[in-house]
Amino acid sequence: MTLFGSIGTISLYGILFALLITAILTVTVRNLFHSAIFLAFTLLGVSIVYFFLRAEFIAGVQILLYAGAIMTLVIFAIMLTSRISDPSVSQSNHQRFPVLILIVLLGSFLILAIAKTPWQISTSLKTTNAIELGKALMGEFVFPFELVSIVLLIALVGAVVVARSDR
Amino acid sequence: MDQIFVSIKHAILNLAQTFLPDWTIILLSILISVTAIAVFGPVTMMYLTLLERKLVGRIQNRYGPNRVGFWGLLQPLADGVKMLTKEDIVPANADKFAHFLAPVVIVIPALLIFAVIPFGRGMVAVDLSIGILFFLALSSTTTIWIFVAAWASRNKFSLLGGMRSIAQMISYEIPMVLSIVPVLLVVGSFSTVSIVEAQSGLNWFVFTPWGFVGFLLFFLTGVAEVNRTPFDLPEGESEIVAGFHTEYSGMKFALFYMAEFMNTFSISAIVATLYLGGWQGPFLPSWIWFFIKTYALIFVMMWFRGTLPRLRVDQLMGFAWKFLLPLALVNILVTGIWLEFKTPLNHVVTFAILAFCLTVLYLVNKPEIPKKRIYRYAYQD
Repeated sequence: MTLFGSIGTISLYGILFALLITAILTVTVRNLFHSAIFLAFTLLGVSIVYFFLRAEFIAGVQILLYAGAIMTLVIFAIMLTSRISDPSVSQSNHQRFPVLILIVLLGSFLILAIAKTPWQISTSLKTTNAIELGKALMGEFVFPFELVSIVLLIALVGAVVVARSDR
Repeated sequence: MDQIFVSIKHAILNLAQTFLPDWTIILLSILISVTAIAVFGPVTMMYLTLLERKLVGRIQNRYGPNRVGFWGLLQPLADGVKMLTKEDIVPANADKFAHFLAPVVIVIPALLIFAVIPFGRGMVAVDLSIGILFFLALSSTTTIWIFVAAWASRNKFSLLGGMRSIAQMISYEIPMVLSIVPVLLVVGSFSTVSIVEAQSGLNWFVFTPWGFVGFLLFFLTGVAEVNRTPFDLPEGESEIVAGFHTEYSGMKFALFYMAEFMNTFSISAIVATLYLGGWQGPFLPSWIWFFIKTYALIFVMMWFRGTLPRLRVDQLMGFAWKFLLPLALVNILVTGIWLEFKTPLNHVVTFAILAFCLTVLYLVNKPEIPKKRIYRYAYQD
């Protein structure tokens, strides 16, 4: 089985590498529509990584919500912008160097935090299935869950109020 | 007979075991399943096109294709040769990258869905614990690539078709997801295999009140999701040429066609799995039952195409938001009631509630027929 383990590791690194490439392309490509396509590929790649980590439910939800719903919204949003596929539009502006310093600081902080955290490596394979997730949401975490649903309801009502035409 | 495909696979593996090392056997086992599905998908699509042309021909009182081979059975091969040798036209102003990418990527989710369909007892490629969610997730990604195709073509008809397609798919996805929830409530699992096993014997979900309503909801939204008549506004020939695939020719067009027909098959298969008991059935082998049910649903879809006119946009949206969505929400609550009560009582109560809700929804949604206007000439007054 070590052979399959190594095949798995190699393909996981391949997927992570492809994920990095699509993520970089998303923020560097000049054409806004192309960067939306690469964003879709990035989101799909993240869900494949979830599959590899045996978090199948999260992987399914990732595709359903991000690659399905959010990407449709993103495409609608860029359709409303002017100069949508104008290749002369740059993706960066004059603030790029101040931002770079901030990003380097934030990145080094994250790397330090990840390196210092003692990660628990469980020997047995634990899969979180949808039933346990549902029980946790309706039991232990019922208050934040209901709070989020109320926030969503308010947003929904607000959207209807905003979109309603004035008589 | 029941396990014929499973035993063929085991026979091949046993034969290979005699001269191959152990670790290749597992690879070979994966390879056999993958090859079976990768061949089955396109072949199903080829013969569905023939079936559709034959059936629609019969409905329209003509023969349909009957020149190539006996009963026109070689027509799909001739079509394939024609598609492959056709000139591939890319519009001068098109977005070349996206125009190429869309038809290629759109086939992938259509083919991947086949992995979780239980074709018979023990005949599923992977028994994913999230089977139904996997199907929903993959079928929701199709929208993006239809829109990418529409946008990349630089054609106003394509873009109109793409816009219609997005509006339709977003609207119909909500009642579709909600119409699956009752089955998940009763079975308590996402896995397609355990859903089929929960309907053993003749305990198909379609024979319960909530199951019947759920079946109708899921089937109708499924027909809308795969853009078939009467919901084929994204490619309405009489209004917008061919919709999102106006600027596609040759094999790229064939790939769109392939995705559509494979989705037609997989939607019918999932409807059969969820509500019609999948491969459960008396006397016949399990996979024959599965194909009977699936092809019966495909036949109904083709019957729709031969019979029904296309919906108007406002009718389409009104049907999804004002009829299907409330009914799907009611159906979830009714399933909860069905689970709480005892056996003879729950059928009566749920049937009464659903009948009441259906009547109310029908009356509320009744189209308003305007009064007949009488025109007069001005000099008559």
